[in-house]
Amino acid sequence: MSVQTTAVPTGTTVRPRQRRVPPAVWLIGPSVIFMTLLLGWPVVEGILQAFQNDQGFTLDFVVRMVQDPYFWPAVRNTLLLIVVMIPLQFAFAIGMALLLRTNPRLHKAHFFVWAIPLALSDLAAGLVWLAIFNDRGYLNSALAWLGLQGNSWLAYDNQTTMFMCVLIAELWRATSLVLVIVVAGLQGIPKDYDEAAQVFGATFWQRLRHVTLPLLKPSLQVALILRTILAFQTFAVAQALTGQNFPLVVGETYRWYTGLQNPNVAAALALVILVVSMLTSIFYLRALRDKSQGGKR
Amino acid sequence: MNDVAVDTAPLRRQKRNRVWLQASCIAVSLFMLIPIYLISLAALSTRESLNEFPLSLLPSNVSFETLNGFLGSTGIFGALGNSLIVGLGTLLLSALIGVPAGYALARFAFPGKEPYQLFLLFTRALPIVVLSVPLARLFLTVDIYDTTYGVILLHTALALPTTILISASVFLSVPIDVEEAARVFGCSPYGAFMKVVMPMALPGIAAASIFTFVMSWNEVLGASILTLDHRTLPAQVLTSLADSPLAYRFAGGFALVIPSIIFIALMRRYLTNMWGSTIR
Repeated sequence: MSVQTTAVPTGTTVRPRQRRVPPAVWLIGPSVIFMTLLLGWPVVEGILQAFQNDQGFTLDFVVRMVQDPYFWPAVRNTLLLIVVMIPLQFAFAIGMALLLRTNPRLHKAHFFVWAIPLALSDLAAGLVWLAIFNDRGYLNSALAWLGLQGNSWLAYDNQTTMFMCVLIAELWRATSLVLVIVVAGLQGIPKDYDEAAQVFGATFWQRLRHVTLPLLKPSLQVALILRTILAFQTFAVAQALTGQNFPLVVGETYRWYTGLQNPNVAAALALVILVVSMLTSIFYLRALRDKSQGGKR
Repeated sequence: MNDVAVDTAPLRRQKRNRVWLQASCIAVSLFMLIPIYLISLAALSTRESLNEFPLSLLPSNVSFETLNGFLGSTGIFGALGNSLIVGLGTLLLSALIGVPAGYALARFAFPGKEPYQLFLLFTRALPIVVLSVPLARLFLTVDIYDTTYGVILLHTALALPTTILISASVFLSVPIDVEEAARVFGCSPYGAFMKVVMPMALPGIAAASIFTFVMSWNEVLGASILTLDHRTLPAQVLTSLADSPLAYRFAGGFALVIPSIIFIALMRRYLTNMWGSTIR
């Protein structure tokens, strides 16, 4: 129809006429309102809960939280789990996505199988692995069939094997989430780039390092932030597998809230998760964005 | 290498690579499948055979005794229905609110973009335990406590940041040129979006929606705090699991696994479509 609109799309360089609300506001507005109502208010309420008692401002709940014998183990376990799990998970997910990209035989069936855990709740995953790792479970049975001595993998004095169990269950459950995001991201990358690099003699690792990964950055960024934040909230897997024996911060929050009926300390614990997740997200945003924008270094 | 007339080494190497690729695919598939096979085995065994020690790794005496006991317990089927309603409601509501926001995030430079992104991350980082309790009080006052609507609202709020961020990254992967081309040829901004951008972004948006549904399907804590008689399936299982024997837990785990497999199988055509159709 009319050509006058063509001045607008160039965006920032050409100033559009300013007579109405910018479209971005209309697009973003509903989400802001919705989330402020449903999340903002409870958060303010939660923060108040962590620092307030009947008399007013207090640090009692924070002190109680820190003095709890389960607190530092929970923090340590949570951090350890994340530090070990996230790199493994991303290596696996990227590897799996690249495997699928080579169009192996039955790749559709493989993708289907690899996507199954995507729809599994962490509660279900915990129960699944409980069937394997418990004292009379399938792992020990398999070992017994092989004539080997079993092990009580989930016993409370076996911190290392307990950690391994939770780690394996979480890897099994949550890697598909990263996989699907990476696959969706890979689809957005035209194969030409990779083929061009191949024509110019780049090896597999060079192509991965200099072509695929940089182009995947937006997807990886989303996946990283998501997975890390969700990993801080790991709860039901450990709960189903080990109960109280392998404390994680969210598990502690849940214990203080339901078991010990103390929402204030629970709120303080939740704040810890909140603050740490926020700091991590900001770190990722800065670290990954700065390099990806503004072209080549 | 040019001086060699026929060099078969690269060919052989390629063949060997193919074999390795196949083997790794099969290994990963086995890692994903074996636990599911084992939980099915556990859920389909009799209680007596579960009490033996070296558990049989092959199906010996299949029985629905444990599973029937689980399914027969009150509220399981209703909970399944609730889970479906809540999941679909969450999917629709969050796509309706989230996809436009994701588009804005990907395409427009607007004041407050950075704070908005931080706001999204901030909301995603909120532990559900904290949110649900004040929300339960709020829902009681507006009289939507113990309804599926209340859970849909909470789940949408929880899923929105993810939907927005994923759809933003999807829209980022659609080249801006095609949109500008459509505009040059006379499309309105809305028309350009619907006719050009949306078809290209749809696989990614579908991935986001699938994830939204799954998030709602799997969420336990919020659902169990916000409802009493209208629990979703995981919430129902969680509350009845607390005082149950191992056999019952395995049946519960199995019952939670089966819908997920069906769900992925239903979505498979879409997943594989999205897989097959390269954006371009």
